[in-house]
Amino acid sequence: MIEPSPDTPLLTAENVTKRFGATPALDGASLRVHAGEVLALMGPSGSGKSTLLHCLAGIVTPDSGRVTYTGTDLATMSDARRSALRRTDFGFVFQFGQLVPELTCLENVVLPLRLGGVRPREANRRAATLLERLEVAEVASKRPGEASGGQAQRVAVARALITRPRVIFADEPTGALDSLNGERVMQLFITAARESGAAVVLVTHDVRVASYSDREAVVRDGRVRAPEYIA
Amino acid sequence: MRILVIMSVGFALLGLLERGPRHGYDLKRSYDDQFGHGRALHYGQVYSTLARLLKNGLVEVQSEPGDGPERKRYAITDAGITDVERWLNQPEKPDVYLQSTLFTKVVLALLTGRNAADLLDTQRSEHLKQMRELTTRKLHGDLADQLICDHALFHLEADLRWLELTAARLDQLSERVRSDAG
Repeated sequence: MIEPSPDTPLLTAENVTKRFGATPALDGASLRVHAGEVLALMGPSGSGKSTLLHCLAGIVTPDSGRVTYTGTDLATMSDARRSALRRTDFGFVFQFGQLVPELTCLENVVLPLRLGGVRPREANRRAATLLERLEVAEVASKRPGEASGGQAQRVAVARALITRPRVIFADEPTGALDSLNGERVMQLFITAARESGAAVVLVTHDVRVASYSDREAVVRDGRVRAPEYIA
Repeated sequence: MRILVIMSVGFALLGLLERGPRHGYDLKRSYDDQFGHGRALHYGQVYSTLARLLKNGLVEVQSEPGDGPERKRYAITDAGITDVERWLNQPEKPDVYLQSTLFTKVVLALLTGRNAADLLDTQRSEHLKQMRELTTRKLHGDLADQLICDHALFHLEADLRWLELTAARLDQLSERVRSDAG
C-alpha cells in the first residue's frame, strides 16, 4: 500500500456522478477525506449522501468521475483487490448492525480477522479486548438477538474496528437507537476510532451525531455544497 | 467556553441559604461548585446581590463579633423562602429570539437577491461548531457538566432542525416573499 503524505487526502471523490435508472443520485460530487479525521456527511433524505458513501467505499461504481484511495483510482483495481481493500483497510457500521444472527457476538467480531487468516486464538483475544473497550464484554457469548439494540450496535462497531482499518464508513449508526443509547454508542465509537487513528465517514441526518465529527460536508441534490467542504 | 446557563444568581444564592446561614465567602464557593462550571462568581456580584436581597427583606444578617464582611452571616427569611418557592414553581418563558433573527436574515437575503441557502449553510456550520465544543466538554465532564451541555445541545439542535426545514422550503418562501413585496 502506498502511504499518503500528510497533505495528500486518504480518500477522494472527484466529480462523481451516479444514476439509478432515471433517477440521478450524484451529480458531480467532490470530497476529500484526510487520514484520522471524522467527517460527517449531512443532507436531507434523498440528497445522495449514502450513495456518496457507497462510492467512496467502493461498493458502488460511479458512472463518471473517480474515487481514489491513497492516490489510486478504485476503478482501476480488480474486483478481488477492491474486496480485499474493503476487508483490510475499510470498516463498516450500518444503521442495523447486520450481524450474523447464528453466530455469537464474539464470533461476529472475530469474523473479519478469520477471513483475513488471523489465527483463532489471536483473533479471539483481540475481539475480547475490543468488546471490553466498548463495554459489551457481557454479550460476548450471546447471539445478537439476545443483546439490546445498543449492545448489538457496539458489537457492530467492534467488528468494524477489529481489522484496524484506515477508514470506517458509518451510515446512520445510531438511527435505530433511542437518544441515550445513541449517545453512548457515538461516544464509545468515536473515542475508539480516534485512538486507533482511523478516519470516519459518518452519514447522518442527526446533528447531535454530527457533533462528534471534526467537520461536516453537506450533500444536496447530488453535490457537496460549498467549496470549503471539499478541502 | 461559554455555556448557555440562564439563571438568576439571586435565587441561586437564596436557595443555597435555605440549607443554613452562610458567610458570603462560603456562599460564593458553594455557588461556584454547583453552578459555576468554570465561570466563578465575582465577589462584587455576591455582595451586591446579597445587599439587594437584604434590602428586599429576603435575607437577614446574623452579625458575629469583629469587623468586615466575613464576620457577617447571611440567613434566609420566610419571605426569601416564599420567593424561592415561587421562582421554582414558575415555568420559564420559552425563548424564540434566535429564530426570529434568523427568519429576518433569510427573508432579507431573499428580498435582496442574496443567496439564502448559503446563509443557512453558514449558520449551520456555526451551530455545529458550538455543538462540537459542547460535545467535547460533555465527553470529559462530570454529570452536572453533561446535563448542562445537553440542555444547550438540545436548544442548538432545535435551531438546526428549523434551519433544515427552512432550507427545504426556501423556494416556497422565496415566492411568498417576492409576491408580498410586490
